Amino acid sequence: MAETINPAQTASFMDEVVAATPGDPHLDRCLQCGTCGGSCPSGPDMDHTPRQLFAMIAAGMKEEVLRSNAPWYCVSCYYCVARCPQEVHITDLMYTLKQLAIKEGLYRESGISNAPGFSQTFIDFVENYGRSFELGLAAKYALRYQPLNAVRMAPMGLGLLRRGRMAIIPKRIKGIDQLKAILARAKALGGTA
Amino acid sequence: MRYGYYPGCSLERNAIAYHQSAVAVAPQLGIELNEIDDWNCCGATEYSSIDLIPAYALIARNLALAEQQQDENGGQLVAPCSACFLNLSKADHYMAEAPDLAEKVNDALSAGGLHYDPGSIQVRHLLDVIVNDVGYDAIKAKVSKPLSGLRVAPYYGCLIVRPGYQAFDDPEYPTSLDKLMRVLGAEVVDYPLKTHCCGGHMTQISRPTALELIRRLLKNAADYEADAIVTVCPMCQLNLDAFQADVNRFFGTDFHIPVLYFTQLIGVALNISPVELGFGKEFVDARPALDKIGTGSPPTGRRRRSREKGLPMPTMSEEG
Amino acid sequence: MSEERVGVYICHCGTNIAGTVDVEDVARWAGEQPHVVVARDYKFMCSSLGQELIEKDIKEFGLTRVVVASCSPHMHEKTFRGACERAGLNPFLFEMANIREQDSWATNDRKAATQKAKALVKAAIERVIHHEPLDPLQVEINSSTLIVGGGIAGITAALELANAGYHVYLVEREPSIGGHMAQLDKTFPTLDCSACILTPKMVEVDQHPNITLLSYSEVEKVEGHLGDFTVTVRKKARHVIEDLCTGCGECERRCPKRVIDNSFEAGLGFRKAIYRPFPQAVPKYPVIDTDNCLWFQIGKCRVCERFCPTGAIDYEQQDELLEIKVGNIILATGYKLFDPRRIPQYGYGRLANVFTSLEFERMVNAAGPTGGRIVLRDGETEPKSVAIIHCVGSRDRNYNEYCSKVCCMYSLKFAHLVHERLPEAEVYNFYIDIRTPGKGYEEFYHRLLEEGTHFIRGRVAEVTDAARQPGEEGKLIVQVEDTLIGKQRRIPVDMVILSAGLEAQPDAREVAQKFGLGCDANGFFVERHPKLDPVATMTDGVFIAGTCQGPRDIPDTVAQGAAAAARIASLISQRVVQMEPVRAHIDEDLCSGCRICNDLCPYNAIVYHEDRQVSEVITALCQGCGACVAACPSGAITEAHFTDEQIMSEIEGILWDVRPQGAHEAALA
Ligand SMILES: Cc1cc2nc3c(=O)[nH]c(=O)nc-3n(C[C@H](O)[C@H](O)[C@H](O)COP(=O)(O)OP(=O)(O)OC[C@H]3O[C@@H](n4cnc5c(N)ncnc54)[C@H](O)[C@@H]3O)c2cc1C
Ligand code: SF4
Ligand code: SF4
Repeated sequence: MAETINPAQTASFMDEVVAATPGDPHLDRCLQCGTCGGSCPSGPDMDHTPRQLFAMIAAGMKEEVLRSNAPWYCVSCYYCVARCPQEVHITDLMYTLKQLAIKEGLYRESGISNAPGFSQTFIDFVENYGRSFELGLAAKYALRYQPLNAVRMAPMGLGLLRRGRMAIIPKRIKGIDQLKAILARAKALGGTA
Repeated sequence: MRYGYYPGCSLERNAIAYHQSAVAVAPQLGIELNEIDDWNCCGATEYSSIDLIPAYALIARNLALAEQQQDENGGQLVAPCSACFLNLSKADHYMAEAPDLAEKVNDALSAGGLHYDPGSIQVRHLLDVIVNDVGYDAIKAKVSKPLSGLRVAPYYGCLIVRPGYQAFDDPEYPTSLDKLMRVLGAEVVDYPLKTHCCGGHMTQISRPTALELIRRLLKNAADYEADAIVTVCPMCQLNLDAFQADVNRFFGTDFHIPVLYFTQLIGVALNISPVELGFGKEFVDARPALDKIGTGSPPTGRRRRSREKGLPMPTMSEEG
Repeated sequence: MSEERVGVYICHCGTNIAGTVDVEDVARWAGEQPHVVVARDYKFMCSSLGQELIEKDIKEFGLTRVVVASCSPHMHEKTFRGACERAGLNPFLFEMANIREQDSWATNDRKAATQKAKALVKAAIERVIHHEPLDPLQVEINSSTLIVGGGIAGITAALELANAGYHVYLVEREPSIGGHMAQLDKTFPTLDCSACILTPKMVEVDQHPNITLLSYSEVEKVEGHLGDFTVTVRKKARHVIEDLCTGCGECERRCPKRVIDNSFEAGLGFRKAIYRPFPQAVPKYPVIDTDNCLWFQIGKCRVCERFCPTGAIDYEQQDELLEIKVGNIILATGYKLFDPRRIPQYGYGRLANVFTSLEFERMVNAAGPTGGRIVLRDGETEPKSVAIIHCVGSRDRNYNEYCSKVCCMYSLKFAHLVHERLPEAEVYNFYIDIRTPGKGYEEFYHRLLEEGTHFIRGRVAEVTDAARQPGEEGKLIVQVEDTLIGKQRRIPVDMVILSAGLEAQPDAREVAQKFGLGCDANGFFVERHPKLDPVATMTDGVFIAGTCQGPRDIPDTVAQGAAAAARIASLISQRVVQMEPVRAHIDEDLCSGCRICNDLCPYNAIVYHEDRQVSEVITALCQGCGACVAACPSGAITEAHFTDEQIMSEIEGILWDVRPQGAHEAALA
C-alpha cells in the first residue's frame, strides 16, 4: 500500500495539535533526537514513540497518529519533558492527542481502548460529586470495561476497604451546583487553548 | 507559618495515613494548615485527557477558592499529593503564560461566581514546605527518636520534581528527601530509580505494563537492601504498597518492602504515637522495619568510598 | 553654511534595502531638500562604480558635503570617506545614514520603512552641514604584542609574530603553556600524536629571543589604545627561583603530598604539591600549590627545599606586578569542558565507570595515569564494551544550544582508539547527527564504519546501573531510542565515555570587560564581523583567536592564531595608524576651574593647571568617550565631530516630519 503524503495537508494537522495545547508546546522545534522515546517508561509498549508521532504529525498523518496507542500508554511522568533538548512540551501534547483521538472517535482503534473509559468514568464521578470515588470508580469502570480484571482486583479492593482506605459512599462537595455550572460553561467554550 | 491546605481526594481515604501523619507533625514543626473550604477534585491525570477547558476550570475552582480564602493562608497553597501539586501549579502556570486560556477559564469560573488571577496563589508541595520553610536544622533540633538502624530508599516519583512549574529540587536527581531522612537519623540508600515512574493510573489501563514499572522500583530498593521505601505521593504509595502482592504473584518474586509516607517517619522521629501517624493501614506490614529503629548507631557523616587502588573518582559537590 | 553643497546617495544594496524601502522616492525627495544639489539612488554604492559616482559628482557639482544612506558605518564608512578623500574632499565632511540594519532589515512595512529612511537621511543632511574638516590622529604602533593564553592558538600567533621579528609577551595562567592540546593523545583525522606536533612548538616559544614567556601569570589591568597599551601583569609566586632551577624534578619526586590532578590529568591522575603539569612542560620550572603544600598548610615539611640541589625553593616569594607596553593584544584564552555532572541522568560522579572525554584522552595517552591502557575505574579491568555518548551538554537548550563542533570527530577518534587497543571490545557510538565537515573527516567516519563500530542514532536518555533484566547485572545500561528502528533499547556496557561539549571559560565575561570586548550569550568573545573579520573585535588593537571565540578544532584554531598575527604584523608594518580625531577639547575662556571633569575621565587624560585655574585635555590620552563633555557645568568642553550643534541638528533632522509644519501632517491627512 504505497501512499505518498500530500504536503499541502501537513501543516494543518500540526496547527490543529498546537492550537489544542495550552501555551506554546514548541512542537515545530523537534529535532528527532529520540530522547523522549528513550526516556519513556512506557516506550516498549508504544506502537510509535513520541518522536515518531511528532514526525508523523509534521507529515500530516492525522489518522495514523490518532489511532496510535502511545498517548494512552503515557503515564505522565514528564521525563521526556525534563530531558527534551528542545523544550518540547511532550506530555502536554500527549494529552492533546488523547483529546483529539476521542473527538475523532479514533481511540477505539488504538488497541488500548479501555483507557478513555477509565478517564471518563473517573471524571463522571468528579462532575457529579466534586470528588473522586475509588470504590465506585473501580466497580463501575471494571464492570464496564475490564470484567476480568474486576475479579482479579477484588481482593485488593477488599484490602483497601478493610484497612479503612476506601469509602463506601461517595462524598459530595457543598458547591456541587456551582461546580456543575462552571463545567457546563467550560464545555460550551470549546476545547482549544 | 500558615498555609492553605489542599489534601486532595486520596488523602481523604486511601492515603488517610498521609493526612493523619501530616496533620500530626505539622503543629510540632510550626506549620498551620488551613484546609480550603469545599475544595474539589483536581482531575488527577484523567481530565486533561478528555477535555482541556473543563479540566483547567476544575482545577482553577480550587485556586479561586484559595485566593478568596487567602487571608488565612498568605497566598500559599500546600498540596501533599504530587498529582494535585502538579495540576494546581500547571493550571496557574499556563493561565499566566496563555492569556486566552486564562480568559476562557475565568469565563467558565464566572458561571459559578468565581475568578482567579494567575500568579496570585503560590502552590507548594508539602515536602518543599517542610525542608525549606521549616528547614533541616529546625527539624534536627526536634528529633527525639532518631531513626538510626533504618535503611530507607527515598522515592520521589515524577510529579513532585517534573516538569517543575514550582521547582524546588533537581528533576533527575533530587536530594531534599535524602537530606531530610538523614536529618531524622535514618540511613539513606542512594536509590537510582528515585525519580522513576510508579505507573500512575496504568494499573487500571494495562496491568502488565504497570506491574513491570512497580517491579523495577521494588527490585531496585531490594537490591540496595532498603528496609522501607519513603514516598511523598499517595499514588506512588498505593501502587508500590497495594500492588506489591500482585507483583509478587505476577513475576514470582517475594518482595516485602513497606512503603511509608515521609510524614510518618518524621512523626516517628518526633516520637508521636504510631496510631496517630496512621500506621497499620499499609498492605505490607511496616512493623519489621519500625522495629529496626534504634538498633543501629547513627551514621557518622557520609560514606565515602576511599580508593587506595585504581583511578580517582570524580567528586560530587557536597549535598550537605 | 548656507553655501554648502550636499550630494546624497541612496543605496539599494541589491534588494536588501530596495526590497523594503522605496529608494527612488527617497532619492527624489532628498533632491528637494535645502542644500542638496544632487541626489541619486544606485544599486551598490560600495562598488567601485558607486564610489566613482561620488568622486565624479564632487568634482562636477563642487560638492562640499556628502551623505550616503546604506548599511552600517561599521561596514563602509571607511570606503566612502576614501571616495571623498580621493576627490579632494576632507573625509570628515561625509556622513552615513544606516537605512539597512536600522530600517529595511527591521521591518516589512514598505511605507513606514520609506518614511524612516527619509528621516535618517534628513538627519544626516542636517548634521553634515555642520561638520568641520578634521585631520586624523596619527598613532605610532608599538611593535610589541601581548598574547593572553598559551594554548595552540596563542602559541601559533606568538611564533608567527616572533618570526616576523616582533616582540611578544605571552601570558599564560597555568604553570605551563600547551592548553588542551597538550592533554590530547592523538588528533583527528590523521591521528598524529598531539604531543609530537605540539612539543616542538612549545620549545620554540621557550627559546625564541623575541618571546617573553610569562607563565603562571595573569593580566590585571589594561590601559591605552591601539598602538599604545599599558598592561599590568601579575606574575604569581611560584615559590621557585627560576634563575636557579634546572628543572631536574627532584623536588617533585621527594614531595610527600599527593593530590588529585583535576587540571592536566582531568581528575584521572595525581600530582604532587610541588609540580610541573607534565614532563615536557614549558617553562620547565615547577610551582608550589600552596593550597596543598604541607609547609603552607600546617607549617611542617620543607622537604623540597632540603632536596633541591640548587637551592631554588623560596617559600617567601611574593607575587610580582609587571608593567608592559604593547601596541596590540591577542586573546587566546580557549575553552572549558562542559561539566557532565550537570546532567545527572548520565551518572558522571556517581557511576564509577562513566568517564569524560578528557579523562579518556588522558587514559589513552601513553604518558597518562594508566600508561595508555584502557581500563575501568578499578585501574585493572579492561572493558569488553564501551559506549560513547555524543552531544553531552551540546545541542540542548537546557545547557548549551550550540553544536560544539569537535565532539563527533573526537568521538570517532575514541572509537578507533578502542578498536586499536582492545580489538575484542564492542564500541557503540550514540549520536543525533554525525557531523564531519572538514578535509578527510567524512572519510574518517567511513573508516570507522568499516572498523565495526556500532552506530546507534538516538540521543541517550539515561545511563544507569539499575539492572532490570538478565544480562544487565553489574553493567552500565545505556537506555536510548534507536530512532532508525523506532524502538527503545537498553544496551549493557562496561564503560561509558561522555563526549562533553566546549564552553566559554567561566571568567570569559570578566576578561572581556578588562579588554573592552563583548561576549555573546554563551560567553564566547564577539568578533568584529562573523564572516569578514573573524579575528578582529570592536576594540581596535584587540584581536581574538581560537576557541575563546567559539568551538573549533585544532586546524581552525591554528588558522585563526596565524590570521590574528598577520593582522597585527600588517598594522605594525604601517608604523603609524590613523585614528578618528574624535577628542575632547576644553575652551579655557569658558572653563571655571571647577575640576568636575578631572576625576571623571576614565583615561586620566585631563590635567589641571593650578596657575591659570583651568583644566586641559591631553589629546594623546583622550579616547573621546565624551564623559567630560556631558558633565561640564559651564559647557566648556566640546568633542570634535560630536559638537552640540552637530547633534542638535541631527535630532532636528530626524524629527523633520513631526514638527507641526512638517510632512507628517500631510502623511496623516
Ligand atoms: C576530548 C577532546 C578531544 C579533542 N580532540 C581533538 C583532535 O583530535 N583534533 C583536533 O583538531 N581538535 C581536538 N579537540 C579540540 C582542541 O582541544 C581545541 O581545538 C584546541 O585545543 C583549542 O586551542 P585553544 O588554544 O583555542 O584553547 P586552549 O587549548 O583551551 O588554550 C587556552 C589557554 O589559555 C589559557 N588561559 C585561559 N584563560 C586565561 C587567562 N585569563 N589568562 C591567561 N591564560 C589563560 C589556558 O590556561 C590555556 O592554556 C579536542 C577537544 C576535546 C575536548
Ligand atoms: S526529545 Fe524533544 S527534540 Fe528529541 S525527539 Fe523528542 S520531542 Fe523531539
Ligand atoms: S510523560 Fe508520557 S510520553 Fe513522556 S516519557 Fe513519560 S510516559 Fe512517556
